[in-house]
Amino acid sequence: MPYLDTLNAKFAGAFTTSAFRDNQRVLVNAERAPTVIFALLKCLKEECGFDMLAELGGIDYLNYPDATDRYCVVYGLTNTTTGERVFVKAFANDPEPELPSVTALWKGADWMEREVYDMYGVRFTGHPDLRRILMPSEYTAFPLRKDYPLRGYGERHNFPIVTRAES
Amino acid sequence: MPLQTAAPVLDDVAGADQEFLYTLNFGPQHPATHTTLRLILTLDGETIVKAVPDIGYLHSGFEKLGEDLDYNQYVTIVDRMNYISPFANECAWFTAVEKLLGIELTPRCKYIRTILAELARISDHLLCVGAAALDLGALTAFLYAFNAREKIYNIMETSSGQRFHPSYARVGGLMNDINDDAVAQIRDFVKTFPKVHADIVRLLNRNRIFIDRTKGIGVLSKEDAINTSCSGPVARASGVVRDLRKDEPYLAYKELASSFKVVCGKAGDCYNRYLVRMGEMLESWKIIAAAVENLPAGPVNVDLNDKLTIPDKTATYRSIEGLIQHFELFMWNRRWETPVEEVYGANETANGELGFYVVADGSGKAFRARTRPPSFIHFAIFPLLMEGHQISDVPAILGSLNIIAAELDR
Repeated sequence: MPYLDTLNAKFAGAFTTSAFRDNQRVLVNAERAPTVIFALLKCLKEECGFDMLAELGGIDYLNYPDATDRYCVVYGLTNTTTGERVFVKAFANDPEPELPSVTALWKGADWMEREVYDMYGVRFTGHPDLRRILMPSEYTAFPLRKDYPLRGYGERHNFPIVTRAES
Repeated sequence: MPLQTAAPVLDDVAGADQEFLYTLNFGPQHPATHTTLRLILTLDGETIVKAVPDIGYLHSGFEKLGEDLDYNQYVTIVDRMNYISPFANECAWFTAVEKLLGIELTPRCKYIRTILAELARISDHLLCVGAAALDLGALTAFLYAFNAREKIYNIMETSSGQRFHPSYARVGGLMNDINDDAVAQIRDFVKTFPKVHADIVRLLNRNRIFIDRTKGIGVLSKEDAINTSCSGPVARASGVVRDLRKDEPYLAYKELASSFKVVCGKAGDCYNRYLVRMGEMLESWKIIAAAVENLPAGPVNVDLNDKLTIPDKTATYRSIEGLIQHFELFMWNRRWETPVEEVYGANETANGELGFYVVADGSGKAFRARTRPPSFIHFAIFPLLMEGHQISDVPAILGSLNIIAAELDR
């Protein structure tokens, strides 16, 4: 992996790597992620040729075996010339899960970061328009968190009711 | 709801306080959106100054359900994401799951999945092209396309028993093998499809009105296509030569690589996206023609002793191993033993790269089933494409992006 040499030269000790099947991963823990992740992704984009952010998704590792940090944002980068992929995982923790936004690097991150914020409540600092995208704006919870129940009542009753005359 | 977005719409528009700008609420129910999505358009006369998409009307928590259903059950939900080409979604889901479990499919299964996924691609492109033409006033092409789609539905029905949501694939194989009747129908489709394709080409390719409405409209540059994560026909029409069937061959595409080419365009406008889709249909047709004549014999599921697939009914009722395995896979506390790992698997579906990021915690259910939905990513570029165009270009651009709201909102 030539990109690992570049990363090692610049960010030695800031990340770990892992692999499973054909997925190569670069992991940045919650302690380092807010300071390191933007520079690391920028380096991957500008120096290692990973020009496309093919995928950006969130994961909540609550009660996952051997998990140390709770929230994770996975950046799936693709090199469109060679077809190489790398998955960068940045972690964040309660009470204020926060990561820098990568919209400055990839415009495509805009909606995907909004979705992660909507579903997990991870705030992306520097995002131009961070608001809910799938859930209504009155919604207060983050539905894909593991402590959010699958079934139940009690979310919709506080939505404002708009009558036909006002609409 | 009142007509506003949470963020002020007009902040960066010069002369925002001037009265000639007005807001038009396009959707959520509008014939040209086809599904439920809403656009808040700021207009100067008929020119669009700013377009703000508002989505989420069809959000039904698919990803949350993915954490509650097991790997086989979730296929019914995956079907309902892009319901225009459901079988392609199933292939993408099981690409990720089978990569996680380390399953190598049987050759016959690979070929059948390839054929049906390509049929799904043709079905999707036919609908997209037909509906795009319909929105621009050309009804005939739409009817020709739907007549051909009917045949694809018949093939799905013959092979899986369901027309619309086949739920046909299973971990390590398929629900059942296809029969000769289905093969005959596929052969018949291969024989008749070129005529349908030629009909649509003759109706639209040199149609003056169609070209006027689509050429130079909604131009997406190659840099923007890469920067905004586009994939599939949208990216290829802008000159991004990337097709997972060639770049990361899955199923039988490695063996069939010589029978098809990647269709690309350069201009990146609506007309080019239409041409790429038309070209891809012919390439899919070549793949199907090659695959159906080389369909390997043999079992359709991986070996029963692997304890990964649902045994067929004969094995379940007539052998003790089959019965045990049936219960092993259906009892909620047994099911698969997965590695505590995570994996990303993606397929080239009709709309683009449909990927699933599956996190497994060792149980039979996914801990997280993240979808990378192409519609969601393509709809995000809509404001970029829309700027400076007329309001009558909205259906042209929407039609060329092929937004499926069920996949958009999940």
